[in-house]
Order: sequence, then C-alpha cells, then structure tokens
Amino acid sequence: MTLHRRGVLGGMALAPFLPGHAAAARGNVLNAMMPAEPGTLCYPLLNTRLVQEICGNIQESLLLLDWDFKPRPNLAKSFTVTPDGLVYTFHLEPDVRWHDGAPFTARDVVFSCDKMLRQLNPRSRNAFNNCESIRALDALTVQFRLKQPFNAFLLSLMASNAPIMPAHIYEGTDFRTNPHNVRPIGTGPFKFARWERGQYIRLTRNKDYWRAGYPKIDDVYFRVCPTPEQRMVALETGAVDIALADDIDTVVSKRLRANPNIVASTRGYEGVGEIQVFEMNQRRWPFSDRRFRQAFMHALDRDFIVKAINFGQGKVATGPIPSSAPYYDPKVLTRYPYDPARARALLDEMGLKKRRGGVRHRFGFLMIPDGGGVQTRGAQYARQAAAEVGLDIELQSSDWATFAQRTGNWDFDMDNNSYGEYGDPAIGTSRFFVSANIRKGVPQSNIQGYRNRQVDALFASASTAIDPKAAQADYSRLQQILTRDVAMLWIFERDPMLYYNKRVHDLVSGPNGPTDGFGRTWLAT
Amino acid sequence: MNRAAYIARRLLRTVLVTVAVVLVSFFLIRLAPGDAATVMAGQSGYADEALIQSLRAEYGLDQPLPVQLWKYVSAVARGDLGRSYERRQPVLDIILERLPNTLLLDGFALAVALAGGIALGALAARRPGSAGDAGVTALAMLFYAVPQFWLGMMAVLVFSVWLAVLPPFGIETMGADYTGLMRIADVARHMILPGMTLALYYMASYARLTRTQMIEVSGQDFVRTARAKGLSERQVARRHVLRNALIPIITYAGLQASILVGGTVLVENVFSWPGVGTLAYEAVTARDNPLLLGIFIVTAVLVSLFNLFTDIAYSIADPRVQLQ
Repeated sequence: MTLHRRGVLGGMALAPFLPGHAAAARGNVLNAMMPAEPGTLCYPLLNTRLVQEICGNIQESLLLLDWDFKPRPNLAKSFTVTPDGLVYTFHLEPDVRWHDGAPFTARDVVFSCDKMLRQLNPRSRNAFNNCESIRALDALTVQFRLKQPFNAFLLSLMASNAPIMPAHIYEGTDFRTNPHNVRPIGTGPFKFARWERGQYIRLTRNKDYWRAGYPKIDDVYFRVCPTPEQRMVALETGAVDIALADDIDTVVSKRLRANPNIVASTRGYEGVGEIQVFEMNQRRWPFSDRRFRQAFMHALDRDFIVKAINFGQGKVATGPIPSSAPYYDPKVLTRYPYDPARARALLDEMGLKKRRGGVRHRFGFLMIPDGGGVQTRGAQYARQAAAEVGLDIELQSSDWATFAQRTGNWDFDMDNNSYGEYGDPAIGTSRFFVSANIRKGVPQSNIQGYRNRQVDALFASASTAIDPKAAQADYSRLQQILTRDVAMLWIFERDPMLYYNKRVHDLVSGPNGPTDGFGRTWLAT
Repeated sequence: MNRAAYIARRLLRTVLVTVAVVLVSFFLIRLAPGDAATVMAGQSGYADEALIQSLRAEYGLDQPLPVQLWKYVSAVARGDLGRSYERRQPVLDIILERLPNTLLLDGFALAVALAGGIALGALAARRPGSAGDAGVTALAMLFYAVPQFWLGMMAVLVFSVWLAVLPPFGIETMGADYTGLMRIADVARHMILPGMTLALYYMASYARLTRTQMIEVSGQDFVRTARAKGLSERQVARRHVLRNALIPIITYAGLQASILVGGTVLVENVFSWPGVGTLAYEAVTARDNPLLLGIFIVTAVLVSLFNLFTDIAYSIADPRVQLQ
C-alpha cells in the first residue's frame, strides 16, 4: 500500500514538465492583481479603489480629467455652463451602446445621477444634492440645474464620483441584489467576461466600443493575490504586468526600481491627492489645546518618515490641500519643522509638566490596520518621537471593523489614516473640518470634532464662488487658519507608486490614472 | 450493536452539535467590535450616515438581537444559510463553490502525509539509533518546527522563482480553459506546492508517531511469538507491529483531518488557493456574519463526519475495537 502511494507521488513529480507553466495568460492580455475579491462589481454600491480600477474599464463617466485638472470630453462630447454657474448642459456622444446592445441615452444619465448614484454612493450624494433638477432635454442632452453655484460640480462628474449606469438594467429593480451586480454592463472599452470565484475576474475587449480603434488589448485579468509576498513574486516573474497603488508595500520599492523589466511611476494618483494624516480627538484634553497639536508636529521628523519609513516615496505634507492640486497656496501656510526643543517649550507653556518617570502625558494611538505597512511603521515611529518630548503613547492595533467602529464613535485619543482630496477641497477636504459633518457613528467624517465658525463659512463661500479668484482667496485663508490650528496632523503626501512591466504602454492618461480604465493601454510584443 | 444503528446515533449527535455551534457562534461573533455596515462604509473612503443606515437596514442589523437570532435559526432549520452581507449571494452557494478546493487540497495533503509519514516512521523504527533513524528524526523535527507560511514562501522562491518549474499560486492556469486530462494535470501541478507545504508538517508528526509506536510494539510478547513461529522480519513488521502501531495514528489522523478543514487558512492564503480557509478569513475581516456562521456550520458537520469515519476505521484496523 505504501508502495502504491509512492507510485502516485512519482506521477505527480512528472507533472511540472507539462506545457503551460508560465501561469499567466500572455499575448495581448494585461494581467493585474487584487489583494482580495470585491464583494460586488456594482460600481456605485461599493466605491472602493479596487472596484474603481476594475469597473473603470466597464463603466464610463461623462467627463475625464486632463493633467491640469481640466475636464475633457468622454461620454459627454461637449457641455455649456451659464454665467451664473447654475445650469450645466451636456451633449452626449451619439451612437454609444451598452454592452448588451441597448442604446445609451440621456435617460441613463438622469437615472444614474438622480436616482442610483444619489441613493447608493456618498461621494455622488455630496455633488448631486446640490442639484435642484436633473432632466433630459432630448435623447442626447442632459441639463443639471443647481440650487446654488458649486464650482466643484464638473469634477464631481469624474469617473469615481459618477459612473454612468444602465437605466434599462437597474430602473425599477432592487439595486443591491440586481443580478447584474456580479456581471456588470457598461459602455466602456472592456466587457465583463467571467468571474472565477476566489481566483480571477476577466474582462474582454468591447468590439463595438464607440471610440474607434480602441481598446488595444484583448483581455484584462485581475487575479486574487492575498499576500504581499505573492504580489511581489507575481510582478517580478512577469505573472502579472501591473501593481496598482496599494498592491506593493514601499519596503520593496528599491528592489523593484532596480529591476530592468519593471517601470516605476508616481503619475496617475494626483486626482486622488492622498495625504497620510494623524488625527486627534479634539473633544478631549490635551488634544483640544492647539499648542499640544503644534508641539506634536514639532516633535515629528516628517522628513525622516518619508525618507526612512516610506523609503523616499512621497513628500512631507504642508497642509490640507495636496501640493499637486488646484488651490494649493504655499505662501500662507504655518509650517512645523522638526524641533523637539520647541515641542517641549510648547508643552511646558500649556502646563503639561513632566511627572514621575519623565512622562508628561499618556494616551492611546489607534492604528489603522495595514498589515504592518507604512501606516503601522509611521505610528511606531511617532511613539518613539513622542517619547523624546515626554509623551507616552500606547499603540493600539485593530482590524477594519474595530477601527471604523471606534473612530466613528469618537472612542479614541489619536489615530492615523489616509484621505483623498479628489481634486477639489469641496469634494474631499471640507468633510473633515466643517462642523455640519460631525456625525457620531460615521467613520471618515469630522471624527476629530474640529469646530470653527469661520472655517464653516469659508468652506461654504469657497465652493459657491463663481469667480475662481474669489474661490482661491477663500481657500488660501482656509489653509492659513487650518495649518495655524493644526486642525489635523498632515504627515506626508502619499504619491503612490504604480509599477508595471515595461511591455505595458500608455497605462495612465490623466490624474485619475487606473480609475479611468485601460482603454488606451497597449502592450509591446 | 450493529454498525447502522451506531451510525444513525452518531448522525443525530452531529445535528445536536450543529445546533450548539449555531447558538454559540451567533453570539460569539457579535462580541467582535464593529459591524459589516461600518466596514463597508469605511472601505469606500467616503462614508456618510445614510449609507451606514441603509446597510444596517438591509442586513437587519438594526433589529433587536433576539429577533436576529430567531430569524437566523429558523432559516437555518429550513436549510437556508442566508445571504452574505458583502457578496449578497446565498451563503451555501459561496461555500459549496469553495469547499471542493479545500477538500481536494486537504485530501491530497493528508494522503501524502499519512503514506510518507508511516513509511518513514517504519523505516526509522527498523533499526533505532542508526544513521537512517537519526536522519528521519532530524528531518521530521525540522518540518515539524518550521512555520508553514515560511515553508510555503521558501517553496515558492525555490520552485517558482529560481527553478521556475512550478506555478507559485492559484489552482489552475488563468484563461487556459483546459478540459479533461489536461485540466486534471494543470490542477495537480498547482497543488504540489501548497499540498506539500501542508503535508510536510503532518508527515513529520506521523513519522515520529509511527516510529515510537513501532519500537514500543516490537518489544511486546506477541511479536516475540510471531518471530518464534518462524515469520520473516518483514511479515512481523507489517502484519503484527505496524498494524498494532496504527491505532494511535488513526486517532491522531482523525483529529488532524478535522483541523485540516479549518486550518488551511495560512497555506491557502500564501498560495492563493481558492478554498474555504481564505473565505473564512475574508468573512471575519468584513464582519460578514452569515457567511462566517455558514462556514462554522459546514465545518462542524464535516468534522463530525470525519470523527465518525475515524471510529469506523478503528474497527477495520483492529477487530477488537467495538462500535458502541
């Protein structure tokens, strides 16, 4: 019996010499990865970066962004805005068809923006709740009438805010359980082909794509690669062609940049404008004292965080608006260079004296779970740096559910996170500082409890200004106040790295990068 | 007592165990902080109140706990394991889709571990203290001590990256769409690394156990009798020593078979094997209670069945053992 089993084993040993062990589909096929399967492929239902990156190939938006954050046509071939900034009229691309052959019309746009997105997606709600009416003037014209001017409105129509969904599939159905959520239908360059559960999602070329000559690729695969080691091996062996922002930890960036077959680029995530931050629960003393927050900033060597902890990727953040985004104003910012002596002086001044054991104050730091990545390392560094000025931090680990629960319910002293600005402060930044967004139970809101009437008023007037100069003046003033207050502890701008095999070309064509899909991408043979 | 009645009684016990598992785990998983609604809202990077409330209402998380429990238990009694929060699909479908992959990997690992372990153990026991014995014991010690995920990563490094002879992960070649024999060969190739990673650890413990047991049994009177009546060394070893040494090994293997069902999480993750282990991990992090409970139930049933098989296997290996 033992002998027999050995025979079986011997047979297995021959298997490796069968053909096809490269384990990846080659040819005109792009291989990408995903750390975990998404729960659904219904874009508005689960607006995560992963779903954006997959569904960005299937669904399309009315407009795209160019590198200067100016809108360029997509499903909308042109648009007009009235001088009072209240009426936006979009003329749609004719002869566009959904993947099932049905024609794309103004009805789809009205349904998506007015019903489906508004009902399901918080980020779309933020934009479309400004609308008094959204209606179709004819089959190819849509008019949005705003209650008051909202100068970030065009940006709100970008891919990840407003993917256009098929009305004939979703209207009158339960959006959450619609069977097409797992086999989506769009107008985009790629059609959904197959979802092999636990393994991969396959998209295939849309032969009837409205933009003639595109896409250039036959198939796109997203394969499940749960561990960082796996993703690294997959990229190095060529089993996958691209690693998107969160696929690869910065620890290995040097090794990848040295690889002649792999291209590393920081372009493509400017549209997200992600800043890594520490937050403090400003309802609690001493975090409520501005001097404490200023002292903490002076205690941190953020240059060291970028260079040593994030391996040179990204740059030190200076305020709420990323330095690559519109409205950034470097002249008005209060800056907080590394200066432990100044930190100690500030703490002394507010009466936080050293007690037994040289400790001034002891508090918790709730770490966002990132599997020991840069966020965890950053928190560990912060603990050391804080100890230098007499602050004793207790690091608290958590998983996603715990983290969301505790931050949402204001049950923390300090935490870390990473937030996107999404091209305009009115979309991605104001939510953390306006007092109207202090809402218990909601993570990623103004969980710090920052309150400032002047800031509330400035955010309101900035986003409704018709004259760009007036908006700039408001946002400059805001940056001045928020940095003076250390309304949040801005650590560094992430500048996530996109790694890809050198056979991949034209991977990104604007600041929304991979979110806009692989419609223009081509592969060298 | 006859075997059929015994099996019927044991199956009844399986049902009772399952009920207990449902009740205990229903409350146990609610001890973890946070719920699926906050996780999903948090994932999007842009949460608001309306989203969280609509998710809670959809999942019934806004209802009192006893109501939630009653709804769940009565559904399970009707054979409905509910819908996954995150995937919004029937839990049973999701699990059944993944279960064969896990059973395949486990079955392979268990078979390799048992065959290899018993053979190596028997080999080592033949001449205790010899170089061969020392070699087997040292090797067993090594594989027993090395963490599985590390072994897995090293295996990928050597066989996939350096030698490039085996696929580093997955269960089959993506997009190849093989059928028939080609598909079997393809899956088998993908199974070697995760299967062997899993098997080596258990093989090590079987080898050690077999060795000890055989040495112990060889010293007993009936073995001397067998030798005295003129049987060859080989016959003595196989028919008398090994067969008696197998009883504790079956016990051990039965226990481990149950551990294997739920215990492949690490190896499945390292090799991206689409099994129940990875699914359970995802369900925990997403607070996907129906899915997690479903996995618990399926696992509990499987473990009970495995134990039953083990007990039946005893009576076959050793006719002195009575089923009762």
